[in-house]
Amino acid sequence: MNYFAGILGLLTIDAFKHDLVQYFGVAVMTLSAIFAVLALTYFKRWKWLFGEWLTSLDPKRIGVMYIAVAVLMLLKAGTDAGMMRLQQSISVGNNQGFLKASHYQQVFSAHGTTMIFFAAMGLMFGLINIGVPLLIGSRDVAFPFLNSVSFWLFVSAMLLLNTSLAIGDFSGAGWLAYPPLSELQFSPSTGVDYWIWSLQIAGIGSLLSGINFIVTIIKNRAKGMTLMKMPMFVWSVFGSMTLVIFAFPILTVTITLLYLDRLLGMHFFTGAGGGNPMMYVNLIWAWGHPEVYILILPAFGIFSEIVATFSRKRLFGYTSMVWAIWAIVLLSFTVWLHHFFTMGSGADVNGFFGIMTMIIAIPTGVKIFNWLFTMFRGRIKFASPMIWFMGFIILFSIGGIAGVLLAVPPADFQLNNSLFLVAHFHSMIVSGVLFGYFAGLTYWFPKIYGFSVKDKIGKYAAYFWIVGFIVAFVPLYILGILGATRRMNHYSSSLGFQPLFIVAGIGVLIIGAGLFIQLIQIITSIRDRKKLQDKTGDPWNGRTLEWSIPSPAPEYSYAILPIIKERDQFWNEKQDENNSKIQKKFKNFSMPKNSYLGLVIAFFAFSLGFAAVWHILWLFIFGLLGIISIIIIRSLDENRDRLVTFDDLSKVDQLALGKEQ
Amino acid sequence: MKKIKILFFCLIPLLIIYIGYLYLKTVNIAVLNPKGEIALKEKNLILFALTLSLFVLVPVFVMLIAFSIKYNEKNTKAKYSPNFDHSRIFESIWWGIPTILIIILSIVTWQSSHSLDPYKAINSPKPTLNIQVVSMDWKWLFIYPDSEIASVNDLTIPINTPVNLEITSDAPMNQLWIPQLAGQIMSMPGMVTHLNLIGNETGTFRGMSSNISGQGFSGMTFNAHVVSDVNYQNWINSARKSPNVLNKKGYQALNVDSEYVPATYYSYASPDLFGYIYNKYMSPSNGNINTGMGN
Amino acid sequence: MDKTIDLVENTEKTKTYIGFWIYIMTDCVLFASLFAVYAVLHHNTNGGPSGQSLFSMPYALAETLILLTSSFTSGLSMIAARNNHKNKVIFWLAITFLLGASFLYLELHEFNHLVQIGDSWRVSGFLSSYFTLVGTHGLHITVGLLWMAIISLVVIKRGLTKGTIKGLTLLNIFWHFLDVIWIFIFSVVYLMGHIGL
Repeated sequence: MNYFAGILGLLTIDAFKHDLVQYFGVAVMTLSAIFAVLALTYFKRWKWLFGEWLTSLDPKRIGVMYIAVAVLMLLKAGTDAGMMRLQQSISVGNNQGFLKASHYQQVFSAHGTTMIFFAAMGLMFGLINIGVPLLIGSRDVAFPFLNSVSFWLFVSAMLLLNTSLAIGDFSGAGWLAYPPLSELQFSPSTGVDYWIWSLQIAGIGSLLSGINFIVTIIKNRAKGMTLMKMPMFVWSVFGSMTLVIFAFPILTVTITLLYLDRLLGMHFFTGAGGGNPMMYVNLIWAWGHPEVYILILPAFGIFSEIVATFSRKRLFGYTSMVWAIWAIVLLSFTVWLHHFFTMGSGADVNGFFGIMTMIIAIPTGVKIFNWLFTMFRGRIKFASPMIWFMGFIILFSIGGIAGVLLAVPPADFQLNNSLFLVAHFHSMIVSGVLFGYFAGLTYWFPKIYGFSVKDKIGKYAAYFWIVGFIVAFVPLYILGILGATRRMNHYSSSLGFQPLFIVAGIGVLIIGAGLFIQLIQIITSIRDRKKLQDKTGDPWNGRTLEWSIPSPAPEYSYAILPIIKERDQFWNEKQDENNSKIQKKFKNFSMPKNSYLGLVIAFFAFSLGFAAVWHILWLFIFGLLGIISIIIIRSLDENRDRLVTFDDLSKVDQLALGKEQ
Repeated sequence: MKKIKILFFCLIPLLIIYIGYLYLKTVNIAVLNPKGEIALKEKNLILFALTLSLFVLVPVFVMLIAFSIKYNEKNTKAKYSPNFDHSRIFESIWWGIPTILIIILSIVTWQSSHSLDPYKAINSPKPTLNIQVVSMDWKWLFIYPDSEIASVNDLTIPINTPVNLEITSDAPMNQLWIPQLAGQIMSMPGMVTHLNLIGNETGTFRGMSSNISGQGFSGMTFNAHVVSDVNYQNWINSARKSPNVLNKKGYQALNVDSEYVPATYYSYASPDLFGYIYNKYMSPSNGNINTGMGN
Repeated sequence: MDKTIDLVENTEKTKTYIGFWIYIMTDCVLFASLFAVYAVLHHNTNGGPSGQSLFSMPYALAETLILLTSSFTSGLSMIAARNNHKNKVIFWLAITFLLGASFLYLELHEFNHLVQIGDSWRVSGFLSSYFTLVGTHGLHITVGLLWMAIISLVVIKRGLTKGTIKGLTLLNIFWHFLDVIWIFIFSVVYLMGHIGL
């Protein structure tokens, strides 16, 4: 029983042998890393990077780092998408395309895994880190160090996943790795282990974040902000994080069991030996369906803030919105079986889960109508976040209708696992989740950096994304109806699929152009940052607390903590010119000191994950002991905070407070 | 000038729709072109649910466009009520109407889940034909227990005859799909699932696996032939002339990885082969057939 | 001034407690999933032994009693901490540690015995889920023991400060939680296994 064999475990020279396309990927990755290191050295930015960013416990900075990593992953997984589109456009008849079947399968598995866990989750946690403390009038999250640990676990998981590109291979069993295909018998390489461990590490990071933000929302709200005075974004994050803490332990268990099957020869999900593969499918979707709502609820929250702000109107139906969120939270745990009506669970079971699924459409529909009526009798300013919103409503509604079709079991029999399904969930995740996050990034950018991004370029980016999305995914809806299944690396020419695949490929190019325009937008905005400077701290004529403080928000955010009397208080104060602000006196407060321990934990977590993938015993123990010692060191450290006095405040704040005092 | 612009933007989508229409005339829209009772009912169900959904979709689009034109900040004449944030009547409407639509759809869902249950036998004056299906790496094996023949990647059935497919897998999970005859059903090792279907028109229809099962997955396609009773007998007779035999030894020879396998026929298939295949994965202590979750 | 700092510390403490309770909740979900897996697989013996033939009731009962007693003694250490009796705290923690360690020894001994007679986790779905469910609890016990050892050293060195008392409280919550989980394991795995449910 040689579970952990040899000094290098299963790692041999073969792990470094790849085909040409893969070598190219590895080269690009390595060169960009080298280039980054050189640039940092040349501009002497190492100290700045380490002192100001990597060791920071400021949630806004951690948020920015999340977003930076997520954007990189978006580009990487976007490249995967491009490769898939190219392969399917050319791999017809006698042409086998440019990817081998096994490589193609790794590409789509990596695309899904990276997009969900590293692009979408990264953007989400980034925006939550930036948004939640600011919107509840708090200086920090409940557990600042834990927050940094979550982020660094996310980074080490990301690195582990990308290591699979250079060392060994990745899982080819799809983004959810159904057994028995993902079992050792059918996937003997370490690809599935990479999948397991990068999800495991990222999942634990997400779980810790979930706990952290729930406590933050419960305990860190500004004085007077009762639950029903919270901004809608905070409510939606509350719902989403509640889903995290209930769903992610299930993921942890499920993939641990899969790993035990693979490592120790257990029989949880194997076909033989008394295992039950159907149990895996149930367990993974018991996590996987809530996961979809984990991603979309914060996006809904962002849209709620944006629509109210840009319509210059109170959010319509606040109470209904809160109920809708909690209805979605509750219902999202009762629908997982709709992902596999085709398992033959019987008419009663299918019927029940089909109906539950449709019921979720009601609160979602209510939210859409409430947003529309927030616009009703407003004064709508069509800045780029509103363009994202318009695109979202149109595409998300279409995707939602497709979802209702898929919820009817006998209709699902014809649409399940076809490209129709692929188009449906991209409608939800791209136009719902991603558009929401892009809108949020534009919206909060000035608060973080002190200058806005160019809105006109942002609008063009949004138009390209929306048009590109339609061109890329309408063909997939049609292909599904034509009887094309997902995940094909090759198909027969007589079917006539090719023109549609080519159109879809063009769509991806248009989306790519949209992404490129967004990069241009950031770069030119940084260049012209003086002109775009936000001097008021309130560039959008906002409604929530974060716009009451100067931009860029200082590390402590609020020099004096606000006291809340009503919803949209900041907006109401602006309307009422005679409003005499309550004089508040500045009091010294404490802030957490920077800590490099999160970074160290990431190092050990990566070692542990890598060792688990390649069965290297000593490295596994090294990683484990490392993590344990860091936890002990940190918990014994009693000197974690520093005091902030008037002199430590930013100039702007000193000036403002000086006037008042 | 502005009018020309608008005209131009209207023409482009029309042109695209026309090209799309010309294209779709050349291909077989499998799901919307059913050749059997089950697939026909499934198609009608899809169209019904789609129509019902339009009752929500259309108002959303109309309101979105109307509101964004009327309440654009440039239109200063429009009514502006910044504090209008609650209306019991409006909110009741959009909790209420979708609820009613969903109730209608739920009733249809419940009934259709039962009437189109893939396990349910199809009513017909003709007796049901049993066929056993095994997904393998990477091909489909069809065993005809009544005639004791078998074929690989060729499913031939007589017209207007209800067919009961018993499905298992000797490989990772797969999913059987013949869009023009019936919807999808999973095949799993150690389990037996069922799919009842019927072909009401003769012809050749594409069948495939729709669940990723490894590197030969894309080649797991086959042709489903619906033929007249006479031709069905002829087909069986010609299969019986095949030199291949599918006893356990023959099965072991077949059960090696292979991709894009052409249609192959077996003049004899051992009647206990199917049982042997799924029992390989069953716990010896647990003799009864497990037919899926909840059953 | 002192009062505000006190207030801040109090909210910090409640935050930690709430956070820890939420963590306990996530651990409940984790064990619930494992119990669900066990429930699905426990008849899949694949020709191997069933729970009825493997489990010895007196042995499981002894384990249970030891763990229950350790929960009691860890509670005594908490009372001692409230009364500011440092030595008593150390004494009761040491007893708890010994009881916890002997529980762990018994569990590992049972595991070893099963592997020796050829009934390892490789045999069947039932044994895989048995080893994993009980082993996960054992892993938690191991973490608890490590935590206990460290906190004892800290109490010896730093005395009963606000920080160490907070740590002791959290440890107690954790230890009682493990006790509750074990009661479920005892009932579902051993008792129900014994009567062949």
